[in-house]
Amino acid sequence: MLVLLGLPIVQLLIFGFAITTEVRNANIAILDNSKDEATQNIIGRIESSQYFDIDRTVKSSSEIEKAFKTGKIKLVIAFQPNFQNELAHTNKAQIQIIADGTDPNQATTLTNYVSAIIMDYQSELNQQNSVPYTISTEIRMLYNPELKGAYSSVPGVMGMILLLISAMMTSIAIVKEKELGTMEVLLVSPMKPWLVIISKVVPYFIVSLINVATILLLSVFILGMPIQGSLLLLIAETILYIICSLSLGLFISTVSDTQQAAMLISLIGLMLPVVMLSGYAFPIANMPIVLQIISNLVPAKWYIIITKSVMIKGVGIWGIWKETLIITAMTLFFILLSIKRFKIRLQ
Amino acid sequence: MNAVELKNIVKKYTTKKSSVTAVDNVSFTVEEGELFGLIGPDGAGKTSVFRILTTLLLADEGSATVLGNDVVTDYKIIRKITGYMPGRFSLYQDLTVEENLEFFATVFETTIQENYDLVADIYKQLEPFKTRRAGKLSGGMKQKLALCCALIHKPKILFLDEPTTGVDPVSRKEFWEMLKRLKAQGISILVSTPYMDEAKLCDRIALMQNGKILEIDSPQNIVNQFGTNLYAVHADNMYNLLNDLRAFPQTTSCFAFGENHHLTLKESNDDIRELENYLDTKGYLKRTIIKIEPGIEDCFMQLMKK
Repeated sequence: MLVLLGLPIVQLLIFGFAITTEVRNANIAILDNSKDEATQNIIGRIESSQYFDIDRTVKSSSEIEKAFKTGKIKLVIAFQPNFQNELAHTNKAQIQIIADGTDPNQATTLTNYVSAIIMDYQSELNQQNSVPYTISTEIRMLYNPELKGAYSSVPGVMGMILLLISAMMTSIAIVKEKELGTMEVLLVSPMKPWLVIISKVVPYFIVSLINVATILLLSVFILGMPIQGSLLLLIAETILYIICSLSLGLFISTVSDTQQAAMLISLIGLMLPVVMLSGYAFPIANMPIVLQIISNLVPAKWYIIITKSVMIKGVGIWGIWKETLIITAMTLFFILLSIKRFKIRLQ
Repeated sequence: MNAVELKNIVKKYTTKKSSVTAVDNVSFTVEEGELFGLIGPDGAGKTSVFRILTTLLLADEGSATVLGNDVVTDYKIIRKITGYMPGRFSLYQDLTVEENLEFFATVFETTIQENYDLVADIYKQLEPFKTRRAGKLSGGMKQKLALCCALIHKPKILFLDEPTTGVDPVSRKEFWEMLKRLKAQGISILVSTPYMDEAKLCDRIALMQNGKILEIDSPQNIVNQFGTNLYAVHADNMYNLLNDLRAFPQTTSCFAFGENHHLTLKESNDDIRELENYLDTKGYLKRTIIKIEPGIEDCFMQLMKK
């Protein structure tokens, strides 16, 4: 009852205030080797806008790639050397805007913001000068030059489908045994309870693996999305994520007594957070701080970061060890919790 | 060694609002090789006793053993040697008859062939339907299959919780014949039923009501203890008859029993002229008063009143 009446209110508030597709406080990096008055002016304007936080400055173009692979930097603004000199003498100067194309929508929005700020600066300059200055911007979409939507949706879909199939189906399958009374007969048998659980979980593990194979084959051959990193690493991380989802399903089955309850918990407790808080549909960076903290508890968030890093950016295990560790910890937590809550008797 | 031994078992179900004592200080023993019946109406606490004995529930107080194994500490041993048939049909509805039997044989680490002789009698009746899904069987067939599945690992003791509830009279009779054959093979059986007519088929019975045991004895002894004359009274207006009989000063108890009213009188002699006169003054037609042998149900009613 509370769910039925409360859900619309919560959703409306979350979508109305907390979750928007507009981007704010995006972390960016600056490559400024000329360090003159003009570049400082532009940087100042960018910094004072609400859209960007300057996270770091990089010294060379080789550091740009490294900055992107951390996953934190969404955009890099690179000024050409001797920026003001060029502008003063040739009336022309160039700024390169490099965006992380793994999220095409966000990348487009961010580059538009930067271009607008620079255009603003340029027109102000031209009001004082008789000769018009032109600051040309060159936009590069790293990893995803054609801005294909698949680059963001494939990892998102994988994160969602695997969680749903593994967690929801496992929890329903186990609760079904409780509901139909077959668990009662199974308990009064020499079969070890953990064996019962393993045998309920294995089919969905296999189904999930088949799903992964189909998604990857489709995205490579139909959507034309290359796998830049190690396929083996991607599969290993995916298996880890599936196990995490299965253990989550196991946990749900220990707290619910009917299939309906298990389904409701899975849908509302998993589906909504995955869609809203995993960073797949809505950028996390501009959510209220409370939701940002909650989003850390959503395993899909970490898995989507891992998939994007490995598939699109070609990052190795050293770039994603933190996320891997988080998912492993979550898995262990849910398995231990389920073992503790699993009943060898009926009550 | 006793097949089952309960000592002062208490089981309470507590919810936020209320607490119900389902099993209230129950003690009884079932000897090895005995067919023991737990007789009582719905809600008497029979299922709770079964679940405590099959290690599915923990009792709040008291102790219980199954073939010498404690239900709390030795639950793993008990789960190997017992066959359990819950009150609700608990097989896989979408597996066929044969698949269910095979599944439970595997779960109990055995094969159908190994113990086929034990279930052969029952399984032969199911054989024509062996490719039918368990959910599509008739009530009686379902219970026979459930019994097969509970027997497939050759248990030393059988716990059957209301195996004949919702089963037609012919199948019920067949079912009890099967239980007798199993008993002949040395399997101890604890069976519960709300049907009083099935009680006389047990070696010994425990009459249970509101979580308490009213009486434990052989069905014959329980009937013998009735200790007073019982009359079946019939007349044209049965409803008024019941009220008038209850108003009769000599009456100790009167209950509606099918087409007759069963009546006991304070003075237990064969003189019923006073009663006949009383009914005649009330103007009943076609009245008959016959002295009858009490059944288990009459005893149950009598014990309940005490």
